[in-house]
Amino acid sequence: MKIVVPVKRVIDANVKVRLKADGSAVDSDNAKMSMNPFDEIAVEEAIRLKEAGAAGEIVAVSIGSDACQDVLRAALAMGADRALLIRTEAVLEPLAVAKLLREVVAREQPRLVICGKQSTDGDANQAGQMLAGLLGWPQATFASKLDLGTDGATVTREIDGGLEIIAVTLPAVVTTDLRLNSPRYTTLPNIMKAKKKPLDVVALDEFGVDTRPRLTTLGLAEPAARSAGVRVADVAELLAKLKNEAKVI
Amino acid sequence: MNARESMEYDVVIVGGGPSGLSAAIRLKQLAADKGQDISVCLLEKGSEIGAHILSGAVLEPRTLNELIPDWKDKGAPLNTPAQKDQFLLLTETESIQLPTPPQMHNEGNYIISLGNFCRWLGQQAEELGVEIYPGFAAAEVLYHPDGSVKGVATGNVGTGKNGDQEGEPGIELWAKQTVFAEGCRGSLTKTLFERFKLRNGADPQTYGIGIKELWEVKPELHQPGKITHTAGWPMDTATYGGSFLYHLENNQVVVGFVVGLDYQNPYLSPYEEFQRFKTHPAIKGVFEGGRRLSYGARAISEGGLQSIPKLTFPGGVLIGDTAGFLNVPKIKGTHTAMKSAMLAAEAIAEALATAQEGQPIEAAAYTDKFKQSWLYDELYRVRNIRPSFRWGLWPAMLYSALDTYLFRGKAPWTLHHQHADHECLKPKDECTPIAYPKPDGVLTFDRLSSVFISNTNHSEDQPPHLKLKDPTVPIRVNLEKYDAPEQRYCPAGVYEIVGREEGEPRLQINAQNCVHCKTCDIKDPTQNIGWVTPEGGGGPNYPNM
Repeated sequence: MKIVVPVKRVIDANVKVRLKADGSAVDSDNAKMSMNPFDEIAVEEAIRLKEAGAAGEIVAVSIGSDACQDVLRAALAMGADRALLIRTEAVLEPLAVAKLLREVVAREQPRLVICGKQSTDGDANQAGQMLAGLLGWPQATFASKLDLGTDGATVTREIDGGLEIIAVTLPAVVTTDLRLNSPRYTTLPNIMKAKKKPLDVVALDEFGVDTRPRLTTLGLAEPAARSAGVRVADVAELLAKLKNEAKVI
Repeated sequence: MNARESMEYDVVIVGGGPSGLSAAIRLKQLAADKGQDISVCLLEKGSEIGAHILSGAVLEPRTLNELIPDWKDKGAPLNTPAQKDQFLLLTETESIQLPTPPQMHNEGNYIISLGNFCRWLGQQAEELGVEIYPGFAAAEVLYHPDGSVKGVATGNVGTGKNGDQEGEPGIELWAKQTVFAEGCRGSLTKTLFERFKLRNGADPQTYGIGIKELWEVKPELHQPGKITHTAGWPMDTATYGGSFLYHLENNQVVVGFVVGLDYQNPYLSPYEEFQRFKTHPAIKGVFEGGRRLSYGARAISEGGLQSIPKLTFPGGVLIGDTAGFLNVPKIKGTHTAMKSAMLAAEAIAEALATAQEGQPIEAAAYTDKFKQSWLYDELYRVRNIRPSFRWGLWPAMLYSALDTYLFRGKAPWTLHHQHADHECLKPKDECTPIAYPKPDGVLTFDRLSSVFISNTNHSEDQPPHLKLKDPTVPIRVNLEKYDAPEQRYCPAGVYEIVGREEGEPRLQINAQNCVHCKTCDIKDPTQNIGWVTPEGGGGPNYPNM
């Protein structure tokens, strides 16, 4: 059974993001970039399924500039078999991503697509759901446990206040939550082997998909800086401040 | 844990800074010229090339012209030619413009981000076929039975806080020549010094700590190419130190402060001296309305020619600042590090070509090449300047002027470094505490908000990489006798004395904050703190530094 895993190149989670001086965009100038952490979990899950004999080939897919080859190589070093880069300089919205992935699914014919639940840059949490919708496939989002059978999968979902266990038929789209697994360390020999694995680059235009943006960004702002704390003398003063100044009680 | 795998190369290079990358590039160039096949692998502990690189930096392009003459066409990020040099002597409220010493003239030089320059050098090296592996720290030197260096091993990962979990083993990289390019105070180089007695006959190495911030300033205050250096305040005249302030491209200004680690007062805090420096009336104006983008710190080698160790040993060489090629009066170490790398690469290529199978290789010609190079001449002429500062600021400035103008660097004597930096600290009872102003959060900042923007992280689940030889020393000696100077010299807030209020003081080590500057390894008075490499990929993620 083939698995497709989309991976996105984002600013590394250790980098503190800030806006450019003119506020037009996030400043990613020479910032360390990495694979979206939720996608890393998705790659890891696919590899574990393969190692358990439940899956065959793993195809990692990324959409973006040539620089995205590094996250694809990282996926290959973890254990994916093949990689595909859909090359574009444009920043795509989730719907455009989902449409492109639908085309990839049509070509690759996987039985399972495992996506990160969201990317740490856009935080949209939409591409996986939209892809399932476009394909007419079942979706199991926020997965913290995945048991794969021959015709279906049992997925434990992280929901508000608890867990939900659902069964989906295959083919399906699963999106990963943080607790699904801990991605492995990549080793030097595997990084070297990954250099020899196939990585195809296809221009976005070749897919004939309308990826024009449908949203307009009105503005970007950094969160307000936290103001300094004050020390209160006793409980009474604390209560008074919470009531009258913070107005939270 | 599984056994370690091994891989073999002709040359393995430890460290992806300007020297390591230049050595890699030069080796591949020579191999191509001579039809020789030299496989080169380079390890870098940072998450990517450039992630741990921090420097002023004004680059003298002399070595780059030799290494990659068409660097302009190849898009090297040398975008800001040096324009105006200014050298100020500061008192608490005044500034006096002094004539710029000849070493500090910068015509033809460029203000750069050394991190970005290294990112570019990394691309050049990869295009020539160098295999570069960032995110892997060389943690151990490997030896052949005959005692020669066999290569290095990367550290184990995923072994948990106490080192007791099943993790992923490191890998052994074997090479005919291992090039140690770790930068100032390399942790493996330190073990080589002992093993091969490389420091016999050399002066002790002396160091400085450089702390730097990158700012974005208001466009009307930005003067691309402007270079300012200062001496004097806030240092007292007994302490070696000074600042740099460079205007880069894109409204960016770098500001930094270097303090000689031979300082004596354990109450001195290089970090707070730097913060205080920014408030000087002649300095603070440029930051008005600006915002701080990044922060970092790194130790530098200041000993100069007298402190350079033996450079070669069976199986390997030392290059760049781990050997100590920095030119202190020039405040530059990049062109010298790169030149040492080129010379070493040439010697290695020759040695590889004539090597006998099964015999250890020592690229001894590297030392001769160094002695015949302009690099030696350059370092020789300035060798007496830094040591003269042990007499204090005024006598040193006078002496330096004589040494430079009258003797032209060829005085018939050589001043020596008498002590290692850790021996210079005086007990707290002989010193006066220094009251530093509180940070205002606009121009001056506390340590933690600074470390925050260095993008530093280490995976929490690993053994601490700052090792205490004797866990009782921090309280029994450091706190009792020196009031725990590690709390102050560490620019990242790694060391904290906690539990004083309960009467049970203990040293807490926040290893996650470590920006890999190595100051603790240098300055700890009894050399009780040892810095070793953490899991690869940890540490700062400096952008544009």
